[in-house]
Amino acid sequence: MTQVSRRRLLGFAGAGVALAGAGAAAGAGLDHALSAPEPHAAPGLVPFHGEHQAGIVTPTQEHLHFAALDVTTKDRAKLVSLLRKWTDAARRMTGGQEVVPNGAVGGSAAAPPGDTGEALDLPAASLTLTIGFGPSLFDDRFGLADRRPPALADLPAFPKDNLDPARSGGDLCIQACADDPQVAVHAVRNLVRIGFGTTEVRWSQLGFGRSASTSRSQVTPRNLFGFKDGTNNLKAEDTDALAQHVWVAPGDGPDWMTGGSYLVARRIRMHIETWDRSPLREQEQVVGRAKGTGAPLGQSAEFDPVDLHVGGANGEPLVPADAHIRLASAENLNGVRILRRGYNFVDGSDGVGHLEAGLFFICFNRDPRTQFVPMQKVLAAKDAMMEYLEHTGSALFAVPPGVTETGYWGEPLFG
Amino acid sequence: MTLRKTPLVVAGSAALLALSACSGGDQKAAAGGPITVEATDTACTVSATTANAGNLSFEVTNKGTKVTEFYLYAQGDRIMGEVENIAPGLTRKLTIEVPDAGTYQTACKPGMSGDGIRGTFTVTGGASRQADTNTQLADATKSYATYVASQSDALLTETQKFADAVKSGNVADAKARYAPTRTYYERIEPVAEKFGELDPAIDVREADLEEGQQFTGFHRLEKDLWATGLQPDSGQIADKLVADVTTLVNQAKTIQLSALDLANGAKGLLDEVATGKITGEEETFSHTDLWDFQANLDGSKAAIQSLRPVLQERDPQLVSEVDTQVKNVQTLLDAQRSGDGFKYYTELTQDQIRQFASAVDALGEPLSKVAEVVAQ
Repeated sequence: MTQVSRRRLLGFAGAGVALAGAGAAAGAGLDHALSAPEPHAAPGLVPFHGEHQAGIVTPTQEHLHFAALDVTTKDRAKLVSLLRKWTDAARRMTGGQEVVPNGAVGGSAAAPPGDTGEALDLPAASLTLTIGFGPSLFDDRFGLADRRPPALADLPAFPKDNLDPARSGGDLCIQACADDPQVAVHAVRNLVRIGFGTTEVRWSQLGFGRSASTSRSQVTPRNLFGFKDGTNNLKAEDTDALAQHVWVAPGDGPDWMTGGSYLVARRIRMHIETWDRSPLREQEQVVGRAKGTGAPLGQSAEFDPVDLHVGGANGEPLVPADAHIRLASAENLNGVRILRRGYNFVDGSDGVGHLEAGLFFICFNRDPRTQFVPMQKVLAAKDAMMEYLEHTGSALFAVPPGVTETGYWGEPLFG
Repeated sequence: MTLRKTPLVVAGSAALLALSACSGGDQKAAAGGPITVEATDTACTVSATTANAGNLSFEVTNKGTKVTEFYLYAQGDRIMGEVENIAPGLTRKLTIEVPDAGTYQTACKPGMSGDGIRGTFTVTGGASRQADTNTQLADATKSYATYVASQSDALLTETQKFADAVKSGNVADAKARYAPTRTYYERIEPVAEKFGELDPAIDVREADLEEGQQFTGFHRLEKDLWATGLQPDSGQIADKLVADVTTLVNQAKTIQLSALDLANGAKGLLDEVATGKITGEEETFSHTDLWDFQANLDGSKAAIQSLRPVLQERDPQLVSEVDTQVKNVQTLLDAQRSGDGFKYYTELTQDQIRQFASAVDALGEPLSKVAEVVAQ
């Protein structure tokens, strides 16, 4: 039979079209099997190799499947072998290919297919795969204890945390982002499958509707509160700011993390029912922005700089003292910034007639101890929005730097 | 539970009503883009001196040598909007909502002091509306103030008795008094929460403590009584509770509330139920959440009761909807009565919890519309 190849579909769709957004040399992301006839950058392909892992500052896709896993073996060699297999599979899948050549239907009819097949016929959909190492990976199992970065310090308890252990922590994480949810789920599913016997899924989260933009080429999306979210986010184009706030620099900690970043994941339940019953004015004051335009209060357009010093009637600050954008601002936090990359979620109902909905918050920062932690402390204690939020899951991962064309994820740590 | 930080706390009630009345969502600025203001050390040049009512945008550029600020004043030097700390060479933008026609004044203040360099600014069109002279609304706030005063007095008396029981080591008596005493607090919670530092001292939950914050108040004693046994400092905590409640009660009797505060308070109490009591998070150790639930409902009813004449006149259908839904919630609560109080949260079935949540949502919907009617 004719092989249905994801690669062929891609080539067809991609001929001669320049990649939109920030990634200029998309072709570099294709592995050798794919590189031959296609000299042009293809749409929907995000380079896999590079100094940094993709999926951090590359333009945020529309869908997420995030998985946290525990390593079930104590055999370091097995763990390293898995990371190599994962890297090979990720190279192929982010290039729009099956996990192994002819994986879904081209193998022996007597054997289970090497690719689960649900992404067959689908393009790469900008798939990125990003992995991270949790603090628990650095216990005594794999001889990594002395390589644990000081910045990978366990997060403290924040006021009002209501964390579910079944949605928190993990030895490893896989962040799969794509413009098609099926592609993201396919990627995680196949990596998990490769990991059977070495890893098991601890928890996972689906997300839709990116809730922040990470590139100036993207419009600002809205979160489930109906507000534009991420207007002031760090952007891929702000290379100096990224160097300062996102990428681990030489000397920050162990060398193996140079070029990496730290990922904080927080599952934030939003009490959308009480929010929906609050007056528009209160909603806007809680956020600190106008709901329609996204303009900071006291300003007229979305990208007008936030001015915390303007006052309205009676001289009261127009951006209230407990407004979200005031408390989260760099100005209020001694210059601290983070790169947000969260997604909305709706996980059915909570069993008492409300939607189990919210924001799966993901952020990247150079050192959580000086960035995410102080920011979240202030927000948990003072943010008016906390009345409508409940943090129900939490995890922290060290995201190692990107991989070379022959390397594997985490090679500087294990190699 | 310390949750609600109503943003409507500080400003005067008349101004609030005027502002809220036009919250209908017209985001458009007055035609013609921003009004530019050129500020120097000796002049304040405003590019237009008239505008239509609505959102006015000013773009203030400091071409002087001193740090400056810009104000728009209504009559009587009431500030409509301001922008401070404009360093030389900087341009800052300011959008102000000016709903009423009238004569205003612009002012630049080089050096950020004095009356500034003034100019007349005329706003036309809009709805020139009177201040809140509605006697019905004034009566509503007066009636509610009486309610707050009566609840406060009872709160102080009962807190004293509760504290005495703790201090004498009479755990059984203290436990019996705990939930009924809190009832008085929970009924006037929207008022209590206006006192930023006192409310956490009296009512903070252990899970909400900030780093370095001492665990004091009702819930600390709740933990002592139900979980850990009385501690060496339980007596001190009890004394502090009485002292804090005394301060709160004195302040609560003097607070000026607006009719909008009442409306938002009635809704806020239900939100408290929806997020804290329905989930059993408020009374982690004693599980007396239903006592609080009833008290929140009482407080909400009291606020609505004060507003009833206004609401009845302006939107009788809304009143009847609120009444119906209140009755539904009350029926569910009554079904869980036990002795002088209620069943413990832990005795409720998941199905009963779901019924409560659903009834509270059904009541929350009409309650959320009350403020708009009050602001008409």
